[in-house]
Amino acid sequence: MKTTNSKIGGLLATMTLAVGLSGPAAAEEDTFKIGVITFLSGQAAESFGVPAWNGGKLLVDMLNEGGKLPAPYDQKGFGGMNIEVVVVDEAGGATKQVQEFRNLVQREEVDAVVGYVSSGDCLAIPPVADELKAFTILYDCGTPRVFEDGSYEYVFRTAAHATMDNVSLARYLKSRNFDVPSFAGLNQDYAWGQDSWADFTGAMNQLYPDAEVKTALFPKFGAGQYGTEISALLREKPALVHSSNWGGDLQGFLIQATARGLHKRSQLALAAGDHVIPQLQDKMPDGIFLGARGVNGLAAYARGGELEELTNTMWEAYEAEYDTFPVQAPFRMWQAIFGLKTAIEKAMAENGGTKPTSEELAAAMQGLSWDAPSGHIEMALANGHQAIQPNAIGTTKWNAETGKMELVDVEYYDARCVNPPDGMKSQEWIAQGFPGAQCD
Amino acid sequence: MDLAATILVDGLIYAGWLFIVSVGLTLVFGVLNILNIAHGSLYAIGAYASASLVGAYFASGGDAFPYGSYAALILAAVLVALVLGPLLERGLLRFFYGRDEVLNVLVTYAVFLILEDVMKLIWGVNPYFVYEPYTLLGDVEIGPLFYVGYDFAVIAAAIIVGLVVWLTLNHTQIGKVVLAVIHDSEMSQTMGVNVQRVYLGAFMAGAFLAALGGALTAPMISVTPGLGVNVIIVAFAVVIIGGLGSIPGAAIGALMVGISRAASVHLLPEAELFIIYFVMAIVLLFRPEGLFAKTQARKI
Repeated sequence: MKTTNSKIGGLLATMTLAVGLSGPAAAEEDTFKIGVITFLSGQAAESFGVPAWNGGKLLVDMLNEGGKLPAPYDQKGFGGMNIEVVVVDEAGGATKQVQEFRNLVQREEVDAVVGYVSSGDCLAIPPVADELKAFTILYDCGTPRVFEDGSYEYVFRTAAHATMDNVSLARYLKSRNFDVPSFAGLNQDYAWGQDSWADFTGAMNQLYPDAEVKTALFPKFGAGQYGTEISALLREKPALVHSSNWGGDLQGFLIQATARGLHKRSQLALAAGDHVIPQLQDKMPDGIFLGARGVNGLAAYARGGELEELTNTMWEAYEAEYDTFPVQAPFRMWQAIFGLKTAIEKAMAENGGTKPTSEELAAAMQGLSWDAPSGHIEMALANGHQAIQPNAIGTTKWNAETGKMELVDVEYYDARCVNPPDGMKSQEWIAQGFPGAQCD
Repeated sequence: MDLAATILVDGLIYAGWLFIVSVGLTLVFGVLNILNIAHGSLYAIGAYASASLVGAYFASGGDAFPYGSYAALILAAVLVALVLGPLLERGLLRFFYGRDEVLNVLVTYAVFLILEDVMKLIWGVNPYFVYEPYTLLGDVEIGPLFYVGYDFAVIAAAIIVGLVVWLTLNHTQIGKVVLAVIHDSEMSQTMGVNVQRVYLGAFMAGAFLAALGGALTAPMISVTPGLGVNVIIVAFAVVIIGGLGSIPGAAIGALMVGISRAASVHLLPEAELFIIYFVMAIVLLFRPEGLFAKTQARKI
């Protein structure tokens, strides 16, 4: 794999044009060039951006080598083409990312873009992608608004949106017969935290209509100190405390909350908290209800079944390379790259084996379904542009013998049980009592 | 334990932490007349340095005497002050003394940005944890609530810091010299005071207090990039409420912010962020210089 950064790439492209040599790398038929945008710095880097790209780099290396993965992913690269990657840091805000996107498409001439953890970036990029007719995969961000408020021709999201996380969590409580006379929330004070709390309270309103909301706390993003909030939660004594916090905010909250025994008074339910396990290890208490925004991380490893070989291959390769297990972010990167590979090879089968254009790729990706370590992914929403996927919630349990965290009492949910049907907005779906949900 | 007592305890814990962070900021402004945006970076570097030192302490057999980790926390703050204090003050800030205050803000903001990247170069983007000192002091049961003993140790540290700074400034020879420099640096120089040394000493003391705030916070959080951003904003609110350059003002400002924030979290959580700046706005409405700063005639 050839990895370069945007500045060096830009310089090389300029030099190539200046001396009148052959065209840029993107024109080469034996190479498929993707631009990957993810957080390499900033607060989301450690939790999402860096592990995602670690997983992506590993998979691209394995694909370029060929024969490292079970069928149908055993063919080299993308349809035999070598994969070349340009990596860009997502830090800097949406305005900067729009410029970076234009650079990738117009100067680097990438064949596809895979990127974006931030929901703000995911809302800013699609109009530009359509303007430039650039095939783009949103691989991580959670806001349902991307395709519920907009429609795009060249943009696809290969991961389910965040509604699934909190609907699954509420369903988990119900399926475990967990008594919830009251609950409270501690979520970050920005769109992610507010939306997660709205989804969770909406789902609880359907499944536990008598449950009382004790308090809803929204500390500032990056607050660090949660002493007062923990006092409020201890005083209110809710049966359950919901949090969609992530990264350092979640780690800080857990360190301070467990030191004061909050987990012994209230059940903690973390909608997307698996990514802090590698850092906290046994400091993460047993008995937390835990989601990973999909059948990712420990839930995927515990699942077995038809995808066991693919999952274990990626899991073991990741552990060997990085000395830690893969959490949710690399799983979402993998499902994006496997989806891209499937779409490229489908398009090539239809166009006689040449490198597909953006139009051919978009046509191949629309409504596509494929397998990934996180389960069977279907582009089932937004006219085939938005994925749905199965989800899982489990309970943390530290295994002192192996020195590893395990997920026990895992419940797996079919994609159509925890995602809205096509044509219905998430909030409406929850408010109407999940019409069309297909749960076993 | 009734709600008022809970709010008071929570407010005092938050105020203790906030005072340690803010007092260095107001000290540097009082002596050097520089609004030091890089104070947030010094706080973050203090947190990283303590995480590294405490980690090294336990890795080298510190489990036998875990209380030694508290010395490592303080040592980390001392090291930050010894290294970065002279580097920033002698190497950069002294060239801007007497220049426009806005220019100084921009210079320290540039330093803040540079140090943010320096931290990433040194410590990377992965988090650091040093929980051990946080739980060593056990729990304190107040009514139906449990608090961590460490939180009260931070309050004690804040009281000690406040007393030492106040006594040093008001009851020692060094303090009198510093006050003379604050009052009139040119006259002090003509009287034989080494003003440059006073500036350096004050800046190093400010850097130490910023780093101490970070070092004492490190055991209760995940030390990650961007740590200093939120801290500097709330620290500014505290020193503006108390009056720039005033040590008692920083103490009162920290108490007002801490208790009003705690009251908001318990009674009106939606206003948690708003309340801090609402208090600041109310104070500025009646005392534009802050509670304890002396009113000065403005040249026009």
